[in-house]
Amino acid sequence: MKKIFSRPRSLKKAVFHYCPGCGHSIIHRITCEVIDELGIQDRAIGVPPPGCSVFAYYYFDVDMVESAHGRGAAVATGIKRAHPESVVFTYQGDGDLAAIGTAETLHAANRGENITAIFINNAVYGMTGGQMAPTTLLGMKTTTSPFGREDKYEGHPIKMSEILAQVNGACYIERTAVNSPANIRKTQKAITRAFRNQIEGLGYSLVEILSPCPTNWKMSPVEAWQWIDDVMSKEFPLGLIKDTTGRGDAH
Amino acid sequence: MLIKTVFAGFGGQGVMSMGLNLAQAAMMEGRYVTYLPAYGAEVRGGTANCTVSVSDEEIASPVASSPAFVVALNQPSMIKFQNKIQSGGIFFLNSSLIKEPLLRGDIEIVQVPANAAAEDMGSVKSANMIMLGAFIKKSNLVNLQTLIDALAVALKGNKKLIAINKNALTAGYELV
Amino acid sequence: MTGNAAIAEAAIRAGCRCYFGYPITPQNELTEYMAAHLSRREGCAFIQAESEISAVNMVYGASVAGARAMTSSSSPGISLKQEGISYLAACQLPSVIVNMSRGGPGLGSISASQSDYFQSTRGGGHGDYRTIVLAPASVQELADLTRRAFELADKYLIPVIILGDGMLGQMMEPVEFKHEAPSALPVRAGALRGAKGRHSRFVRTFTSNPAELEEVNWSLFRRYQLIQKQEASCENYLTEDAALVVTAFGIAARIAKGAIKQARALGLRVGMFRPVTLWPFPSEQLKELSKRAKYFLDFEMNMGQMIDDVRLALEGGGDVSFYGRPGGVIPNPTEVLRVITRVYHQKGLNQ
Repeated sequence: MKKIFSRPRSLKKAVFHYCPGCGHSIIHRITCEVIDELGIQDRAIGVPPPGCSVFAYYYFDVDMVESAHGRGAAVATGIKRAHPESVVFTYQGDGDLAAIGTAETLHAANRGENITAIFINNAVYGMTGGQMAPTTLLGMKTTTSPFGREDKYEGHPIKMSEILAQVNGACYIERTAVNSPANIRKTQKAITRAFRNQIEGLGYSLVEILSPCPTNWKMSPVEAWQWIDDVMSKEFPLGLIKDTTGRGDAH
Repeated sequence: MLIKTVFAGFGGQGVMSMGLNLAQAAMMEGRYVTYLPAYGAEVRGGTANCTVSVSDEEIASPVASSPAFVVALNQPSMIKFQNKIQSGGIFFLNSSLIKEPLLRGDIEIVQVPANAAAEDMGSVKSANMIMLGAFIKKSNLVNLQTLIDALAVALKGNKKLIAINKNALTAGYELV
Repeated sequence: MTGNAAIAEAAIRAGCRCYFGYPITPQNELTEYMAAHLSRREGCAFIQAESEISAVNMVYGASVAGARAMTSSSSPGISLKQEGISYLAACQLPSVIVNMSRGGPGLGSISASQSDYFQSTRGGGHGDYRTIVLAPASVQELADLTRRAFELADKYLIPVIILGDGMLGQMMEPVEFKHEAPSALPVRAGALRGAKGRHSRFVRTFTSNPAELEEVNWSLFRRYQLIQKQEASCENYLTEDAALVVTAFGIAARIAKGAIKQARALGLRVGMFRPVTLWPFPSEQLKELSKRAKYFLDFEMNMGQMIDDVRLALEGGGDVSFYGRPGGVIPNPTEVLRVITRVYHQKGLNQ
């Protein structure tokens, strides 16, 4: 019998610890597929964050180093500058990239650090138990915005991709989602481009991925997928936000 | 013998380069030397000073409690250091800018009209090197020629500046 | 050469090719020297980072990739680096952090101070860890100990702190560099360079299993014990016949030495014990000295920090007086001489 589907080489043979319906498992898998496709398993160095994906190194079969909360872009900068032949990617959540690590992210992008950021936006702090994130939507209830996020008290959801698009050193920014087979395919393409840009030395690339967190959203996985379409992607519109690479293979 | 000298004046008068030149020359003569600048906000527009210690043996403290020599380029520096200089020490005063009489009788005073002499030579900027020339003549800390040789290091071989500074050093040397 | 420039040159000659920093007085000459020598050079990295936090995390990244890496700052900036230092210690990443300390707390003053002794020798960041702390007292020693710092960091896989101060950084003294810069250093074993021809590796600090973390801490602790046994070093100055021993480190030791010379000229039997490594503190050496000398005068440019280690080392076996000036005030040798003379007479040592 012909084998038509198998585990990517750069994904370890391990059982994910993620909740049912969580986007991390899907994003891990497609990232590993990209690493395989590009043949960079032996050059890749990943920088996972604190948070649910802190154990990413149990799954990615590439060199990995955990960073302190928010410091991924600085750590990746250090690795890439010390060892330019490597292909360095950060894997960061919304609290990490858009709150505590805003400065590191913005300035790495501004320097045009030749690295790839995979930015998981699930509008909530997952591992710590569902607190308000910088990307939490207005009206959304979390454990630290129990009355629903209100701009007057808790501020607005921050759009990091749009902000980073203003920064000259960032060459490619796209927002995708993993809530349907079509969107997952688009996400995989975007991740491929973000890695390719680095391999070709084009500068800072970021893929923001709207990712379901059924547990903290208190929804079923199916409802969570639907919610991304109906609500979340209205605040965070999907699509290409910036591309100065001139590669012309945008989909 | 350990000799400590303080150079003091307004920021911009070139007191740091006086100290640096002396330190460089002393090093070239094979002496132990430390150069300690007052730095940071202290030197933004206000008075600046530095301490140069020269010795034939290892220097313990680079800080001067009571320097043997003080070179003051302006009035505030004269006031600041007049009570710190050690008894029997020499106080070098830029008499072009310092008019107040000194209140101590146990130290020697050398008056150098450095600004006036520098203006005669074409630029008031050379006043510091005129003071340094005069200082070397009286203090005998290093040879004038070593000091001139040291200029090449501080001025990174800039021939025009070296010539101007050399003339000012020599003029100051002959002034006292 | 200024002390700051001497550190930078010595680091380059020790094979440091990656430097990340953020401006703060009084250590800017170090950053500027690195900018001039490491930026735009093949195989080298210099970044003026967006913060001290980023700078230390860039060191973390460069170190994990196997490079000799360094950052420098002064007191308030070192506070910001503590998070990163804790991670460096946890991941056992060799690295060198320079603190040309200034007066505190808060923004304090830019004048030289020694008020960061506790922060440097007690870890500073969160967690049960140590860093090696070297305390140079001259520009030559700044250069020598910078090289030593890189060697120790690699030998024990540990962050090493060079604790200087603003005065040491700004002052100039002749300095001799005994080594040429190597063209390239071998990549450290265990570095992450991509999993070529081997299994992938990861470097992490987090574990959900307390027993696992306990084992990590045990192994760190065993290494710290080894360092304490092997690396404690000190300078004894005129202590053979001393009735009174001044204990001081860094620039304060220089000032004390000046005072001691004057005290000797007055016929007082005074010497000095200067720890060169603040952690590990040379406790054994001080304890040994206390068999000959009973009276100690601890002198620091703070209100008494190292004195805790002096007392711990003496285990009640000596009489310890203290003199200190906080906030960035620089005591002069005559002032210290007055204190020495007073203590000498109070303790009846002139009889």
